[in-house]
Amino acid sequence: MKFATIFAASAAAFFVFAPAAVLAGPALDAIKQRGTLRCGVQGPGNPGFGVPDTQGRWSGFNVDICRAVAISIFNDPSKVEFVPVTTQSRFPALASGEVDMLSNNTTWTLTRDTNVNRFNFPAIVFYDGQAMMVPRRLNVTSARGLNGATVCVQPGTTTELNLADYFRQHNMTFRPVVVADLDELRRTYDAGRCDVYTNDFAALAAQRTLLTNPRDHVILPERVSKEPLGPAIRQGDEELSNLVAWTVFALIDAEEMGITSANVDQIAASSTNPVVRRLLGAEGNMGESIGAANALYARTIIKTVGNYGEIFERHIGTNTPLGLERGQNNVWTKGGLLYAPPAR
Amino acid sequence: MQTTSPSNVGAPAWWYDRTARALALQAALLFAVVAASVFFFSNVQTNMAARGLTLGFGFLDRAAGIPIGESLIPYTPSNSYARALLAGLLNTLRVAVFGCLLVTLLGVFLGVLRLSENPLLSGLVGAYIEIVRNTPVVLQLVFWLVVFQQLPSVREALNPLPGVYLSQRGLKIPVLEWNDAAAYALVGLALGIAAAVWTMRRARAHQMQTGEYRRVWPICLGYLVLLPLAAAQLTGDRLVLSVPELQGFNFAGGAELSPEFAALLTGLVIYTAAFVAEIVRSGIQSVGKGQWEASRALGLSNGRIMRLVILPQALRVIVPPLTSQYLNLTKNSSLAIVIGYQDLFSVSNTSINQTGQAIEVIFIMMTVYLVLSLLTAAGMNVYNTRVALKER
Repeated sequence: MKFATIFAASAAAFFVFAPAAVLAGPALDAIKQRGTLRCGVQGPGNPGFGVPDTQGRWSGFNVDICRAVAISIFNDPSKVEFVPVTTQSRFPALASGEVDMLSNNTTWTLTRDTNVNRFNFPAIVFYDGQAMMVPRRLNVTSARGLNGATVCVQPGTTTELNLADYFRQHNMTFRPVVVADLDELRRTYDAGRCDVYTNDFAALAAQRTLLTNPRDHVILPERVSKEPLGPAIRQGDEELSNLVAWTVFALIDAEEMGITSANVDQIAASSTNPVVRRLLGAEGNMGESIGAANALYARTIIKTVGNYGEIFERHIGTNTPLGLERGQNNVWTKGGLLYAPPAR
Repeated sequence: MQTTSPSNVGAPAWWYDRTARALALQAALLFAVVAASVFFFSNVQTNMAARGLTLGFGFLDRAAGIPIGESLIPYTPSNSYARALLAGLLNTLRVAVFGCLLVTLLGVFLGVLRLSENPLLSGLVGAYIEIVRNTPVVLQLVFWLVVFQQLPSVREALNPLPGVYLSQRGLKIPVLEWNDAAAYALVGLALGIAAAVWTMRRARAHQMQTGEYRRVWPICLGYLVLLPLAAAQLTGDRLVLSVPELQGFNFAGGAELSPEFAALLTGLVIYTAAFVAEIVRSGIQSVGKGQWEASRALGLSNGRIMRLVILPQALRVIVPPLTSQYLNLTKNSSLAIVIGYQDLFSVSNTSINQTGQAIEVIFIMMTVYLVLSLLTAAGMNVYNTRVALKER
């Protein structure tokens, strides 16, 4: 009798105090219960995209995506635990639930999205393509001139598969040198063991900054593949999927509307544009719809990590060692591919 | 004074019976093992079902798409996962077989030197053993890879002998091209080996009977060289030497010893040989001093005492721990993944990543390593029974 009463009371309390938890899917529930988002980032580090500093604090493009999602869930950018994963360990880590989300330059492909690993790619945060880097002294100007070359490549990646496809397609042969650890792979290329180092363009640019003489290496113009990179989660939690997608869209929308970390408060207070007002939580119930901690999630995200463009320029843009141009990774109104569905 | 109640007399409880107790314990253990297996298996099934994953080996027939740098069998990325795993397994075997051979030679050599009366020699070997045994083997593998990568670049390759090139891309040597003539030569070589062995046996039997020593090694050498050459003449084909030549980015033709393979083999052999040297030293020291004295009294030289009297007796102490070292070397070869040599472990890892079939691939990998280890152990056990002390 007494037990039943307590049970009923606690059940009632649960429904009263945690309505969001009841609505959410299993993964989002687990994250909320734990109190932190476990985000898989590239370990031991990928300059510009995610590296820990001397205090162990992570920073980078992918890291800020994790922080933005944490703000959506908890309204607190510090509630993220960064878990370094390698290209080899990332999928088992996600599939087993060791991490809730990968934000480590993982390419969205059909098999990863469907039968094999049963993952979900809510949004694309970076449009990349595989490229080849060669030492300048080889005087190679095109990837078509690489017949017979020795190529350094990381195993367990789409890069590895594209490489084989590309050489087969052009009737060329190559000799792979396959090293799992990114640092070891770079050192191997730097030592001259390989003629070519292949990876996604942005990752190559990042790795190039760590070579002995970055200026002695050129990235060939060909893009061997399409590499849409984005956060990955497990299938089976639509709520988490929506939340991650609309967090990314908020970053893109903010840039499109010219909302930055500097002017977000002012715009939120003064703007009469209903589209802006909805995004920033001044009207409508967008926050509740996506299962965010509160209606002001987008405002907090932009204030904390900035809009998409700010994140890009801060970590990988032209004023950083990586020196990447916006190119395809610009909002659609400026000739890029970033296009967020309307928040309404 | 107490009285014993009738129930306490009679047959003792069953657990006082040794056989019954042993059987019960065995049964309990068996039950525990089966129960644990059932639990783990159903646990895996439940969790995989919960995530919508299925077990199955169908992926083995699919095109792998993964490039493998060096392979003993023809392999291209369009081959199946099964073939990729086989290529990886052969790479593992290559390291294991050459590693065990070299480690035996080097280990015995060092173990004997360790006992040398020359303090400089035994001291040097002692220092080598202590340094190598007490540093992590992964560190040593990386060290050797870095050493090999310090060689000149491929365009400035060292050319110590005609047709032999040494660069940071490895060692290139001329080899015979595979054609009919080469096949016949191979058959000829097999015949030559058989003839040489037969000749040596006869010479030995003769020596046993009469005590007269016949010098047969020039004849044996003749068999080994001339028979293959003669066999090659039997076909229309001719023996063609494929000589490495710098073409574009790399050397084409000839055979290659990659720096990754060389680093793995060197690292494992040098590391394991230190342990083997200690095993050999202890084996030699286990043979009674009287054996030395008796042999000297017979007028044998030190080298022959070692070879004919001491080592055969030391073997029975050496072989069992030596087996463990062979197994260690084979299993340590999976560290190849650190330096980019594509052995079974490396290819399996990549396959897991590309297919998502972690449990299946790990199962295959564990089975293969287990079978390799058991085969090695079985072979060594047969050898051990042959060298073990036979009481007559």
